[in-house]
Amino acid sequence: MQLDIAFIIEKVLLISVILLGSLGIAMYATWAERKVAAVMQDRRGPNRAGFMGLLQPMADGLKLFFKEEIIPDRSTRFLFILGPALAMLTAVMTSAVVPWGPDIVTENGVISLQVADINIGILFIFGVVSLGVYGVMLGGWASNNKFSLLSSIRAASQAISYELAMGLSLVAMLMMTGSLSLREIVEQQHGFWDGGYFTWNFFKQPLGFFIFLTCAFAELNRAPFDLPECESELNMGYHQEYSSMKLGFYLFAEYINLFISSTVIATLFFGGYNFPFMDQVAASVSPVLFAIICVLTLLTKAICIILFFMFIRWTLPRFRYDQLMRLGWKSLIPLALVNMVITGAVILWVIK
Amino acid sequence: MKLTNRSAQINRDPMTFGEKIYLPAIAKGLSITVGHIFKKKATVQYPEEKRPFSPVFRGLHILNRDEQGRERCTACGLCALACPAEAITMEAAERKAGEENLYREEKYAAKYEINMLRCIFCGLCEEACPKDAVYLSETVMPTHYSRSSFIYKKEDLLIAHPHKQESK
Repeated sequence: MQLDIAFIIEKVLLISVILLGSLGIAMYATWAERKVAAVMQDRRGPNRAGFMGLLQPMADGLKLFFKEEIIPDRSTRFLFILGPALAMLTAVMTSAVVPWGPDIVTENGVISLQVADINIGILFIFGVVSLGVYGVMLGGWASNNKFSLLSSIRAASQAISYELAMGLSLVAMLMMTGSLSLREIVEQQHGFWDGGYFTWNFFKQPLGFFIFLTCAFAELNRAPFDLPECESELNMGYHQEYSSMKLGFYLFAEYINLFISSTVIATLFFGGYNFPFMDQVAASVSPVLFAIICVLTLLTKAICIILFFMFIRWTLPRFRYDQLMRLGWKSLIPLALVNMVITGAVILWVIK
Repeated sequence: MKLTNRSAQINRDPMTFGEKIYLPAIAKGLSITVGHIFKKKATVQYPEEKRPFSPVFRGLHILNRDEQGRERCTACGLCALACPAEAITMEAAERKAGEENLYREEKYAAKYEINMLRCIFCGLCEEACPKDAVYLSETVMPTHYSRSSFIYKKEDLLIAHPHKQESK
């Protein structure tokens, strides 16, 4: 087999850019979170480190690096270290199938702005997200702390319950798109308006979107579903025994997850890198510039969704555990099923 | 039996459909919190921006000098007597010949100490002083690392000499 060096270099470059980009955005998501929390509570938030506190994430990161690394005596050492590593790994893995922009067609060939265009993109994301539970579960169990274990069990059961509704809400959408490939789903949402209706899936599947969004909150362990780290009941939850960069990895993985899932929501429901009048723009600028505009569009959408996640976090109180389970099993799953039936009926009799 | 008329009846009706799906409530909550983003912040950015003290603010003590730079304190002990926290101690000494430019009257305070850990900044010493020597300034008490540095000596309390400062 002949190795295509240019291809490998292209992919490695793309992966590094995506990795560094998502790390950077995750860093600044922590800053944005503190800033959003502050302004919503009539405070100012971080504003000492650099202009508007923009160097705050660096300071926080450095602080975490220089803290003492503590591994409890009674913990299972290997799994204790594997936990945060797995959390981080799964967090960055999902970015592989997200199409960040359209193909750039040059004289020398086509450059794809997607690491891997696999035909089961969504399935891949679901698989990796489910693996993410292992990070929390292993960390909580290996800590040899009752609170951590309780918290990780909560996290696992919550993730499993909400993955069901999430999958079902997507099934209805996949019935319309007829493809599991993220690239194809984005291509189908080309532009904004086509054939007398919006092309974005949000307008075709509003109920599915709300179910997916709610489940995304639960999958991300974010408020109002942040029961795994419910400090009033479980101290700090599954990262109680963690210190230094291992704690940093857990927190960081959470924010990378936030960014990636916002991108996935933007891709699935808000047209990914598509924007209104994109054909006219594509005709008037060079392909590279057009690709950059598309990537920026996707990032803007993702950042808007991240901000929405933050607004929700600082608005709603935490759900009680039974409320959480009731919402998942008794409301969202039946709703998702009804959504499926309605979608099926519409496809059968209205669209044909 | 009703003790006061302030008790309110709690509505325990089952939730309506609109309440059950949460979404209107979430939208309402979001409108409140997002509205707060544009509200004026109450924070005063302290080191850059300082709030003015009240005219009756009582801060760190100073020992005053007169116009010629002589110490006003005569070690009469009235401030120590007035002090409810017993924070002030002093030792009197007699003015020698040739020291007229240092001390205003024949008696002066050789030692004058205020224990700032005891002081409650009530300002009674200021009121008791017959010579207008001790004043409470508009300075906030600074912090120190050791207890002993909270005991302010006469050198710490005396204001700068007006003429010497000019010559510098």
